[in-house]
Amino acid sequence: MRRMFWLIAVLLSSVCYAQTPRLPQSASGEEILKKVDLNMFSENKIIESRMVIHGERGSRTVETKSWQRSTRETFSEFLAPARDKGTKMLKLQDMLWTYSPSTDRIILISGHMLRQSVMGSDLSYEDMMEDPHLPNLYSAKVSSEETVVGRSCWVLDLTAKKEDIAYNSRKAWIDKTRYVLLKENLYAKSGKLLKTMEVREVTEIQNHWIAKSILYKDVLKEGGGTEFFVDSVILDATIPEYLFSKAALKK
Amino acid sequence: MIEFLFKGLVRDRSRSLFPVLIVAAGVMLTVFLQSWLNGALSSLIQSTAHYRTGHVCVMTRAYNEKADQLPNDLALLGIDTLLTTLRGQYPDLFWTPRITFGGLLDIPDEKGETKEQAPVSGMGVDLLASDSPEWKVLNIRPALVQGHLPKQQGEILIAEALAGKLHIQPGQKVTLISSTMYGSMTYYNFTIAGTVRFGVAPMDRSAIIADLNDIQQALDMQHGAGEIVGFFHDDLYHEDRANVITEDFNTRSSKSSDKFSPIMGTLRTVSGLADYLDFASSFSGIILTVFVVVMSIVLWNAGLTGSLRRYGEIGLRLAIGEETGHVYRSMMVESLFIGIAGSIAGTAIGVAIAYYLQVHGFDIGSMTKNSTMMISDVIRAQVEPSTFAIGFLPGILATFLGAAISGIGIYKRQTSQLFKELET
Repeated sequence: MRRMFWLIAVLLSSVCYAQTPRLPQSASGEEILKKVDLNMFSENKIIESRMVIHGERGSRTVETKSWQRSTRETFSEFLAPARDKGTKMLKLQDMLWTYSPSTDRIILISGHMLRQSVMGSDLSYEDMMEDPHLPNLYSAKVSSEETVVGRSCWVLDLTAKKEDIAYNSRKAWIDKTRYVLLKENLYAKSGKLLKTMEVREVTEIQNHWIAKSILYKDVLKEGGGTEFFVDSVILDATIPEYLFSKAALKK
Repeated sequence: MIEFLFKGLVRDRSRSLFPVLIVAAGVMLTVFLQSWLNGALSSLIQSTAHYRTGHVCVMTRAYNEKADQLPNDLALLGIDTLLTTLRGQYPDLFWTPRITFGGLLDIPDEKGETKEQAPVSGMGVDLLASDSPEWKVLNIRPALVQGHLPKQQGEILIAEALAGKLHIQPGQKVTLISSTMYGSMTYYNFTIAGTVRFGVAPMDRSAIIADLNDIQQALDMQHGAGEIVGFFHDDLYHEDRANVITEDFNTRSSKSSDKFSPIMGTLRTVSGLADYLDFASSFSGIILTVFVVVMSIVLWNAGLTGSLRRYGEIGLRLAIGEETGHVYRSMMVESLFIGIAGSIAGTAIGVAIAYYLQVHGFDIGSMTKNSTMMISDVIRAQVEPSTFAIGFLPGILATFLGAAISGIGIYKRQTSQLFKELET
């Protein structure tokens, strides 16, 4: 549980679910989560992605290139649209800085700013900052089995282990054979549904199953949600050390 | 007869002084409260109009539904055409676009990293046009405390208190962090031109004033504005005219099926002050009613006291053949004199006090420092023609009623007992 959005983690991390031994039909929620977790992450990766944000007044496309080291350090640069081109973000552990070329300022994103939307999408900075390793944040229980987008899935009920967490509970649909999160609902402490995620396309890269097309929807927000497309992924890539420093933001 | 009664009142102060003092005190209180309330209400309406809603306000239907959240993602677009339409169709008002937004003001240190941050509520208004009405509407020139007025794009004014809190001075660079109309976080550099103090708590707490073009760029709102506000040329809110204009505009231009079509609202409806304004406007009537009732009771009592003192006089008048009705009517006429005299005295004193407070005002800043209502820190009474007249109705009516009730005792005197009473 913890994985705020697999989202950027699943997305950006663009998850890999590899050819690992299958779990028995009676596997526990914790075992399934660990399996997903184990197969989802690789050490270093470079990802090029697009977010198509369907707002009330039309759609916008935001293109990004990200360099990710482990799951806690990410350097991202926005490539489009023109207004946002050159904007960079650096996430180091629990800190997040952004750099905008128009102001030539590096700003620490903290406090309530973390609740802001990332580029107007259905994802927030808080989502990006959450530990993507769900077993660290949630306890899991298999509640049922369902078929989602033609794949047989376990349905997991995830309950937060900590108080100070954005989503108190989640319902996750996990592909039984690929260990890919195919669908997820995120809930507030009150039980109110806050966000949904649906994987629309999964592809296999270097023995990892990667969610290639995902639809995120902030239920409290008008509009048609945010489609996330992974255009390219290089796993176990060599990434220069300097990228994970604030100095790299202004370069 | 009238002269006779008048002389009686003047020469016998025991009959007139106490009632006149009571009436004068009551009338003074009424006059003062009415002018004070007028002043407070006018101040609230004026500040709300100037700093928030205008006398009328045009926005999209969707924006109108969430106006308290400043939903700039639902803002008006293509405002040039709409402005031309409004100026052509409704020349009774002048129109100006505004963007109201929230955000953080980030103060960099010498390395360009964040030194201080504070939440701000900002307004993007037409600051740089030579004929912009905003200078007058927002009272910007008199509000300037330090620095100078913005002369070019990229310059802003910030609240003096905010500048003090952030330890910043005119000339310093700051960065606004906010959201574009598409929801992206946005950063925009400004130079502080000057600091301002408007004397309106919500503005003085955390306001920044920037040019509309700058804010359109910062929030990615080209040719957009959250609202277009309209003001009557005499700067007074004419509710009836505002209602007519609003209804006409909405009939012509607003489509209920399109949430981005423009809709016009009046200060009363847009500000959310409708209930408050209703209560405040009926408050004068409440004051007058309470005054009449209370004063009538007091003067009734005073009349009874006077009747006791004049028990012998009235008995004698009845004994020598004066009709009961005549005695009663003469007391009514006396009460009229007392009411007029008391009302004149009370009005004079009340107007004098009100005028003093109109000129000097009363600082309620310590009570409004956390207020979100657009009300001035200094409340002034407002003396207007009705102030001179408003005390006469309750002043005379209360005296009349008091005398009428207490005078009923005259009819209860037994004529057969009068001489016996006089003998004792």
